[in-house]
Amino acid sequence: MTTLTATPEVAAVAGPGRETPARIPFTRVLQVELIKMVDTRSGFWLMIGIAASALIATGAVIAFAPDDQIVYDNFGAAIGVPMVFLLPVMAILSVTSEWSQRSGLTTFTLVPHRNRVLAAKAIVAMVVGAVSIGVALAIGALGNVIGAGIAGVDPVWDISLSQALTLTFANVMNLMIGFMLGVLIRNSPGAVVGYFVYGFVLPPLTMLLAELNGWWKDAQPWLDFNFAQGPLYDGQMNGTEWAHLAVSGSIWLLLPLAVGLYLVRRSEVK
Amino acid sequence: MIEVSHLSRTYGGLHAVDDVTFTARPGRVTGFLGPNGAGKSTTMRVMVGLTPASSGSATVLGRHYADLPNPGREVGVLLDASAQHAGRTGRETLRIAALTMGLPTARTDEMIDLVGLTPTEASRRVKNYSLGMRQRLGIATALIGDPEVLILDEPANGLDPAGIRWMRDLLRGFADQGGTVLLSSHLLHEIEVIADDLVVIGQGRIVAQGTKAELLAAAGTLVRSTATTELSQALTASGVTVSRSGPDLLRVDAEPDLVGKVALAAGVALTELRAADGAGLEEMFLDLTADTAREGVAA
Repeated sequence: MTTLTATPEVAAVAGPGRETPARIPFTRVLQVELIKMVDTRSGFWLMIGIAASALIATGAVIAFAPDDQIVYDNFGAAIGVPMVFLLPVMAILSVTSEWSQRSGLTTFTLVPHRNRVLAAKAIVAMVVGAVSIGVALAIGALGNVIGAGIAGVDPVWDISLSQALTLTFANVMNLMIGFMLGVLIRNSPGAVVGYFVYGFVLPPLTMLLAELNGWWKDAQPWLDFNFAQGPLYDGQMNGTEWAHLAVSGSIWLLLPLAVGLYLVRRSEVK
Repeated sequence: MIEVSHLSRTYGGLHAVDDVTFTARPGRVTGFLGPNGAGKSTTMRVMVGLTPASSGSATVLGRHYADLPNPGREVGVLLDASAQHAGRTGRETLRIAALTMGLPTARTDEMIDLVGLTPTEASRRVKNYSLGMRQRLGIATALIGDPEVLILDEPANGLDPAGIRWMRDLLRGFADQGGTVLLSSHLLHEIEVIADDLVVIGQGRIVAQGTKAELLAAAGTLVRSTATTELSQALTASGVTVSRSGPDLLRVDAEPDLVGKVALAAGVALTELRAADGAGLEEMFLDLTADTAREGVAA
């Protein structure tokens, strides 16, 4: 530390004549929450991790895929899949770090309305989800052109617009799952473990259960959120499938989110 | 100006804060003094809306904290220096605060300079900071919005003696320019040298409050003499309370000049006569919190 010099100059002048500052606009809370998502060590390495795995996966498709697999869908997936897995962790940490790192003591005293802060975090998570799919599709297109050039085949564009839209929707929903787990659990390790159970342990178990239990096999589309999300990735959703998604999503996403938001409003920030 | 009115916070059956009322005034440093677990931090958290009150209220600059449009511009808050994101650099932490308040980010470097962190230190992550450095960063965050009220919970913790001296001067300067300072401490001597007003809390209840001068005066006079018995009788006869503090030492609940006059009238020679401040405040603190402190009275 530097040697402390004489009495510091504090420009604090109190009393009459001071203007009451304007209310913090919501756009500024949004901007701050976006920066906070990426300016930490964990945020930085998550971004690096996503970029590196996307690069490796694209390279692997070019290097190892047979010529008839050099298609846009595979390049899009090579970049999109790491994002789909890792971006929800960013949404989780953006919420849980306020409690686990205790930075909420500052955040919630500078913006003393938890709803505003959480709404900003949710919107940022959704925007990140939508933009990242756009980035994945753009880089995937580049990979497709280069890959087809190297393999000496014509590029195959096999992702339709409707599929791109449902993919975007699925990714945004994934980030909201992360946000929900963060709000509900409010502890970084706990919520990340919760996310892996939610996304990677439960799905095979529910599939196994469907093999063994006839009642569950019939009810699965309505009650199994992960199962109901499947058609989103194929890009063809009919009315029944949207209904499956709405019902299972209400149980697995909206209900726990409501509980989490209620708890956050009442909890103490320590 | 901070006004706390009949504030209570209970946890189950535990009264962490019990009917606390006090005012911190502009231009003065108000010391919030109490042993560990007395309810200081809970009171401060309720003030800034991090903990809901069970009953009663607290206002800052005449408003509930949550109604301040941009709180950082009016109230600087440091509740716990270790509650900062370990994965962010010091500079980034300040930049986030400046952005939230709508300040130019140039303010960041001014603050780093003000609190005595070097540019290199500011570029390191908070994870690598000592408690003293975190304390400085926390103070920078509290001051960056150029507030007129400061609420600081144990800000001297972890600071070295030069740092404590620096902070004392900083808070004195802030109050002299008309700012309101509320700072808590469990360290008597720290509070004693800086505070104008004192609020003493024990087990959630306020046990004493007033200006430092008043509370010191209440601590009385120490008088030493070889004839303590005669002196004690003479003082008691003149209507003041006397207690024996040592073989030749009396503690008297009166001003030194009165004690001197009584001694003169009684013809008793004194070997020492002084106001019981300094040690007196400590005695007062221990006395006042004796029935509530967890250690009880050692004597």
